[in-house]
Amino acid sequence: MLVLITYDVNVTTDAGKRRLRRVAKQCVNYGQRVQNSVFECLLDPSQFAELKHRLEEIIDAETDSLRYYFLGNNWKNRVEHVGTKVTYDPEGVLMV
Amino acid sequence: MRRLLNTLYVTMPDAYLACDGENVLVKVKDEIKFRVPVHNLESIICFGFAGASPKLMYLCCERGVALSFLTEYGKFMGRVTGGISGNVLLRRAQYRWADDPSISARLSKRFIAAKIVNSRALLHRVLRDHKEVVDQNSLEKALRWLAGTLDRLEKAPDGNVIRGIEGEAAQIYFSNFNQLVLSQKENFYMENRNRRPPTDNINALLSFLYTLLTHDVVAALESVGLDPQVGFLHRERSGRPSLALDVMEELRPHFADRLAVTLINRKQISADGFIVKENGAVIMEDETRKEVLTAWQKRKQEEITHPYLEEKIPLGLVPYVQALLLARHLRGDLEDYPPFFWK
Repeated sequence: MLVLITYDVNVTTDAGKRRLRRVAKQCVNYGQRVQNSVFECLLDPSQFAELKHRLEEIIDAETDSLRYYFLGNNWKNRVEHVGTKVTYDPEGVLMV
Repeated sequence: MRRLLNTLYVTMPDAYLACDGENVLVKVKDEIKFRVPVHNLESIICFGFAGASPKLMYLCCERGVALSFLTEYGKFMGRVTGGISGNVLLRRAQYRWADDPSISARLSKRFIAAKIVNSRALLHRVLRDHKEVVDQNSLEKALRWLAGTLDRLEKAPDGNVIRGIEGEAAQIYFSNFNQLVLSQKENFYMENRNRRPPTDNINALLSFLYTLLTHDVVAALESVGLDPQVGFLHRERSGRPSLALDVMEELRPHFADRLAVTLINRKQISADGFIVKENGAVIMEDETRKEVLTAWQKRKQEEITHPYLEEKIPLGLVPYVQALLLARHLRGDLEDYPPFFWK
């Protein structure tokens, strides 16, 4: 399934900046960065549980927020892209 | 069911593979061209080779991603896989299935049915496009007969009957092969299909194209971890890539036969480029061989929409896709093996 993950991390403190970097790093490991704090991750349920756990360990629920949007397996009908930052289809043909 | 994972094909000869955390990176001159999380991949296939970092190999081994290296012409060179990869299980499943007559027969039917359908498509095409110049009666008869072999194939009880039907279908098909040749007819005429050695121009050309196709299919099977020598339809013989020959059956008409006919009809090759030896064997001159190889490479870059995956892929990747689908079927991820049908 495709999960869209977005986050807002409060960066007014140094600790916040560190959290932002760590959240971003975890997201990069699991998916594709489509916009600055927006990631598309093609995951199976266990991978999602793992990622969710990792992210929620990092953030500070008082100041930061995380949102997961579940686009399911039929996500191709639900996503449209316009403009720069061309993405790739993780289920399509990958050829470089 | 397990999610079908993807394969990354690296075709740029100066690409260097590296890793960053859980990501596979493809770099060209230190610039990152592509980045993908490793858990989305099942294998990485590199054509031509600039390098891969040991850390990436480590990551691939750890995650069971097969990393294969092929020459830019597609010859298989080697593979990096981890100790816990399913290769031995896959191969054992393949051996067990090859020993089981009913499973072998079921898979053989898939290969041969697709071969007959694809051969018919070729004859059908020439009948439709060149009605006025071909022998319509003979072609229509062949098409009906081939349709009949398909029906009998469906009911065939065992491997020997299937091989018999395959032979019959091939005979009907090749006896009409001359009809596909629309120009240079006097120089390209085939009495019947023969090989070792081929004794006319068409047979020489077909044999060469089949060799190229065999290479590609063997490479494809090896890169997914199958043993190309243990087949279902073709029985084992020392040095014979039986499974590759099995999978090739469905690919021959569209990959090799059509290309041969196109080369002749477009006069890209001519009879001057063939030499007859003292023993009657016909071989191609270097120039002709180069022409054929160039056409083959170009052909492989043509994009088609794969009938099962419904993805646009270059024709050259079809053997890999078929090998992958066969491996998935052997692993139990796919109910049945979908052969390659082409209209």
